[in-house]
Amino acid sequence: MSKLSVNNLSCQRGYNLLFENLSFELNSGEVLRISGQNGSGKTSLLKIIAGLNTPELGSIEFDQNQSNSEKYQIETLYLGHYAALSSELSCIENLEYLTNLNTEILSPNFHDALKEVGLENYEHESAGNLSAGQKRRVALSLLFISQSKVWLLDEPFTALDSDGIKIIENQIEKHCANGGLCILTTHQDCNIKSLKEISL
Amino acid sequence: MNIFLTTLTRDLKMAFRNPSSFLNPLMFFVISISLFPIAISPDAETLMNIAPGIIWVITMLAVLLSLNSLFHSDYDNGVLEQIVISHHPLPLILLAKTTAHWILSGLPIILLSPLLGVALFLDSNSIYILMLTLCLATPCLSLIGSIGASLVVSIKNSGMLLSLLILPLYIPILIFATSAVSQSQFNLSINGQLYFLGSILIISLITAPFISAVALRVSLE
Repeated sequence: MSKLSVNNLSCQRGYNLLFENLSFELNSGEVLRISGQNGSGKTSLLKIIAGLNTPELGSIEFDQNQSNSEKYQIETLYLGHYAALSSELSCIENLEYLTNLNTEILSPNFHDALKEVGLENYEHESAGNLSAGQKRRVALSLLFISQSKVWLLDEPFTALDSDGIKIIENQIEKHCANGGLCILTTHQDCNIKSLKEISL
Repeated sequence: MNIFLTTLTRDLKMAFRNPSSFLNPLMFFVISISLFPIAISPDAETLMNIAPGIIWVITMLAVLLSLNSLFHSDYDNGVLEQIVISHHPLPLILLAKTTAHWILSGLPIILLSPLLGVALFLDSNSIYILMLTLCLATPCLSLIGSIGASLVVSIKNSGMLLSLLILPLYIPILIFATSAVSQSQFNLSINGQLYFLGSILIISLITAPFISAVALRVSLE
């Protein structure tokens, strides 16, 4: 059973102390929603857990691997505010590069992943021609490819329609049923079973 | 090593699909140099004397112009965040991006330099030395430039700041490269200058990707 431990985390941005001595544990199969007002530090917390930012104090471990270790980075998938798509590249080319950066899967099935998010015929469409919601769907199709156990999703439902939200919620539930764990931030209503919540 | 090639081909593919990003600095290079004979004097001897300085100064400015595009689009669309948290070594990915930058900025300048050398009445030996110095030093310009580009990536309209940060580091390259071409015109030995340029290349090749990686992590904090 995998476990993510966040121990005594403190984060400061400029002169603002966003949070201090924050500790929690998340076991495989669990989904954690971080809630809080705008500017309360939700994105900062996710970025710290993803290893993008360093905390003022505290540490993060996943199965005894520290957040700066290679094993930890392979086990985490972080999807931030931006879709991380280059407008000059097609959906498939973008996904190929992001998969290369994130995982060690040898031959992922991008076609099926795009089909799952409702973009079946968009493989060779340039990302620059997609709407905000479609871009978000392409980025989230990584959830159907990734083999990382820890998913860190920052506002994953932004720009998605209700069908899109349902698809992603189902995928998160499936991931957790298979022993994964997920931390997400969202201001929208979330219909995911066994949702834990912390407030900043 | 796979991630090096993947990043290199991705960056080249993106550049060729949006060619203005690398063609504008090249156009600047060609147009600025071709204006000097009109503005100063069409006299062969005058142009021959100032040619090494002109070509090298404009090369540096053209590379500086193109440095802004090194990380900015990846920063704006969030790809840079994914690069930083990737399990692959960050310096290796940055070295691939810098190599792509050199292929798009330094390499065309090297290939165009004989043509512009002829326009400025350089003799064949000096053109050969000019190309040699460009081969040794344009990779240094991209490598050192990548450190500055990493530092200012999160700052909007950072062109001036980038120039202030990077130009002082380019000065030794400018001194050795122009002096090599000038001395070759008088058949003097240029081994010293070439050794210095070679050393700067090796040092920047070894250190710049690591410094750039640290700078990028700091910028994304």
